[in-house]
Amino acid sequence: MSAPARSPQELHDTIAGGIGESPLRPDGTLKVRGEFAYSSDLWHEDMLWGATLRSPHPHARIVRLDVSRALAQPGVHAVLTHEDVPGENVYGLKYQDTPALAADLVRYQGEPIAILAADHPEIARQALKEIVVEYDVLEPITDPERAAHDDTLPKLHPDGNLVRHQRIVKGDPAATADVVVSGVYEIGMQDQAFLGPESGLAVPAEDGGVDLYLATQWLHVDQRQTAKALGLPLEKVRLTLSGVGGAFGGREDLSMQIHSCMLALRTGRPVKMSYNRLESFFGHVHRHPAKMYYEHGATRDGKLVYVRARMYFDGGAYASKTPVVVGNGTTLSVGPYDVPNAHIEGWGVYTNNPTCGAMRGLGAVQPTYAYESQMDKLASALDLDPAELRIRNALSEGSTVVTGQVVDFPAPVAELVQRVRDLPLPPEPAGERDIRELPGGASNTTHGEGVVRGVGYGVTIKNISYAEGLDDYSTARVRLEVLGGEAVAMVHTAAAEVGQGLVTLQQQIARTELGLTRVSVHPADTSVGDAGSSSASRQTYVTGGAVRNACRAVAEAVYARLGVPAEGMSLVGGKVVAADGEVVADLAELLGDTAIEETREFHHRPTYPLDPETGQGDAHVQYGFSAHRAVVDVDLDLGLVKVVQLDCAQDVGKAMNPDAVVAQIQGGSAQGLGLAVMEEILVKDGKVRNPSFTDYLIPTILDMPPMRVDVLERPDPHAPYGVRGVGEPPTISATPAIANAIRAATGLELPRVPIRPEHITGV
Amino acid sequence: MRVNVTVNGEHRRADNVWEGESLLYVLRERLGLPGSKNACEQGECGSCTVYLDGVPACACLVAAGQAEGRDVVTVEGLAEGDELDPVQESFVERGAVQCGFCTPGLLVAAHDLIERVPDPSDVEIREALAGNLCRCTGYEKILDAVRDAAAKKAVR
Repeated sequence: MSAPARSPQELHDTIAGGIGESPLRPDGTLKVRGEFAYSSDLWHEDMLWGATLRSPHPHARIVRLDVSRALAQPGVHAVLTHEDVPGENVYGLKYQDTPALAADLVRYQGEPIAILAADHPEIARQALKEIVVEYDVLEPITDPERAAHDDTLPKLHPDGNLVRHQRIVKGDPAATADVVVSGVYEIGMQDQAFLGPESGLAVPAEDGGVDLYLATQWLHVDQRQTAKALGLPLEKVRLTLSGVGGAFGGREDLSMQIHSCMLALRTGRPVKMSYNRLESFFGHVHRHPAKMYYEHGATRDGKLVYVRARMYFDGGAYASKTPVVVGNGTTLSVGPYDVPNAHIEGWGVYTNNPTCGAMRGLGAVQPTYAYESQMDKLASALDLDPAELRIRNALSEGSTVVTGQVVDFPAPVAELVQRVRDLPLPPEPAGERDIRELPGGASNTTHGEGVVRGVGYGVTIKNISYAEGLDDYSTARVRLEVLGGEAVAMVHTAAAEVGQGLVTLQQQIARTELGLTRVSVHPADTSVGDAGSSSASRQTYVTGGAVRNACRAVAEAVYARLGVPAEGMSLVGGKVVAADGEVVADLAELLGDTAIEETREFHHRPTYPLDPETGQGDAHVQYGFSAHRAVVDVDLDLGLVKVVQLDCAQDVGKAMNPDAVVAQIQGGSAQGLGLAVMEEILVKDGKVRNPSFTDYLIPTILDMPPMRVDVLERPDPHAPYGVRGVGEPPTISATPAIANAIRAATGLELPRVPIRPEHITGV
Repeated sequence: MRVNVTVNGEHRRADNVWEGESLLYVLRERLGLPGSKNACEQGECGSCTVYLDGVPACACLVAAGQAEGRDVVTVEGLAEGDELDPVQESFVERGAVQCGFCTPGLLVAAHDLIERVPDPSDVEIREALAGNLCRCTGYEKILDAVRDAAAKKAVR
């Protein structure tokens, strides 16, 4: 069957600019013209629309499932259940525990039970109502702390309700100190809220396989899981990335992949699935809510002596990334600080709450909110400036983190705090103020009376790339040929552009390495080797490294063809140039009508698993650091908060595209602001109360304050070009900075985010 | 039913439209204009914003039948042939486009703002765009782009 009429485009737009410059996005013009093919825009003549029946109950047994009436509806072409899954009805990113379609037990509200394909989305929606499911409704398990320790609870999975427990012990875990502060902190369930809905188009192929065009973060991991469920060899399940409308971790787990392929293979016709916003809230995993018990001990002059913490992460119905959240959460639990003694324990558990998995800042967001709250509490107990306390304890190059790993690359934590502290503050409010800039805004709730101002800091450490012994790598293919008399490079990887600007970066690297003007980017698909996931702030590092390696292999092939030694040679302006500046050859002439193509991988240096008892080990490749300072105005009477200014200092190693770096920091900070004051999926008895953009609030342009961004470049000697992952740290440190600012303004404890008006007013 | 509508200056006809379909569905799935986006389809995110008889509206909230005989301009209609509108140009040049899913709706809203208020203040820009959610940019570069587009339009 032919390719879709509307499908992913090659990106030819070439705008000059190499590494360290800020060329424009090659997909920018398509996007502003409305011509860029996102996954929900895919279209095929003759296509059907898929739809999913989901459980209304968080915990239930399925006692009867009858699809005959739905199948009899005019315009319905197939209705499928777990009995129709051709291969193994189980998948998962870390553990194989998730059914493609529920068989007997339902473990969360929204779990898929049946799928169907129809001529029109409305016929599909109506037909779903004709499917008969009888449930034996069970009591849901909803308390993660109980799920971790109470063996009398029903087991949601054969091995029980514990996904992972990790302990970390450093120095003397029973150490004592002059000054001790403790607190219990909670964080609500945040949603990625990417704007582009989960969508894809599955097209059956003549070889009995299927071509799936979709939005995802990792084509190959989807391919492996989907092929297994379809009972097909990998090469018969081919995936192509279409336009992705944001991801933020929410597209790491499967959504419509297996379902759309099953329907396409059954009907023999292309099947498009596209979730609406309600279904999207049920169709992807969320950020883990957590409860964390912390105790910090310090000397009277403000040096940390120990940290003790216990943290519980609610993984919901299936494991997803919970094992990684526990790993990151515990290994990053004391923050970017030198702490000689620590005793940390983390639990990740199964419950009947919505499944939680990857979201920007994975596993670091939760403890950062807790330990940064503790740092302010400690500063107050010691009568020290909060920034000064952080500087006194800052990690630096050569420090040993809580897992015993030595930081063998720059770690300018103290400098980041100093720099963000030194940025100018907004003017103190004086005289009559524009009400639109006050808490409550144009709602005219105050003219400034009852409004107080506070300043707060948040600092974080985040691991970059995959950890704990995974061989994490990416692959790139680079082809050099002559088009229109000019040497042109084509870059092909399976790496997902999810909005972050990876396509721009691939062009920048190829232009720099090959000395060319024109570079195009081929759509990402599974016909080239694995690139890993667009997550963990890793793509510039690993796919950037792979593109660099492939380009250098191409350059070497050029020198070999010329028969000159590679030493001292370079490619500049379409010419081969010797060390003395002499032009050796013209690339276009050398290539003629031939091409040079090389494929290379990049593997980052190895990491190692944690010791199961002590949590010691070199678990992480690299760390990113960022610091925020927030200024807030709080209306004490109404509990309304206006973030007045939010500034960030971050070390990025090397700013490959400085404008894109700043944009990542601004966007990440907005998500951190959302978690601080508004974003939460409200879950009661396992049921979601606010699955819509009416009730789940994300920051608007009125909620985001002006931001100053101060970018440091302290190259990491172990990373390609010295880069350091950028995407996640700003999301993490923004939240505690705002929470601490609200505490500074109000004097309240505020042990939970998001901070709601009722937490401030006490009503 | 049959719906006749002028889209981007061209008369278009859609047949066999089901009464419950929105203008957004007709534009995207029947007329081949997917530029207006389907992010929430509840009128909350603004990503499907189009001009309806010259006034910005969420196409997801307009029933297809309500568009009968009316004039619609979508993001696809902002450029004049190969020449981008200054708003489109500025969004690309100022890095206001990341994933880009909110971009079409923001472009129409920003285009409308500058038509009405040629030199908007920051507060006016924020108020005008408060109905358009963006999850990637943090809005700072969108503000830059709108300021820049207003300046460009002033000299043209």
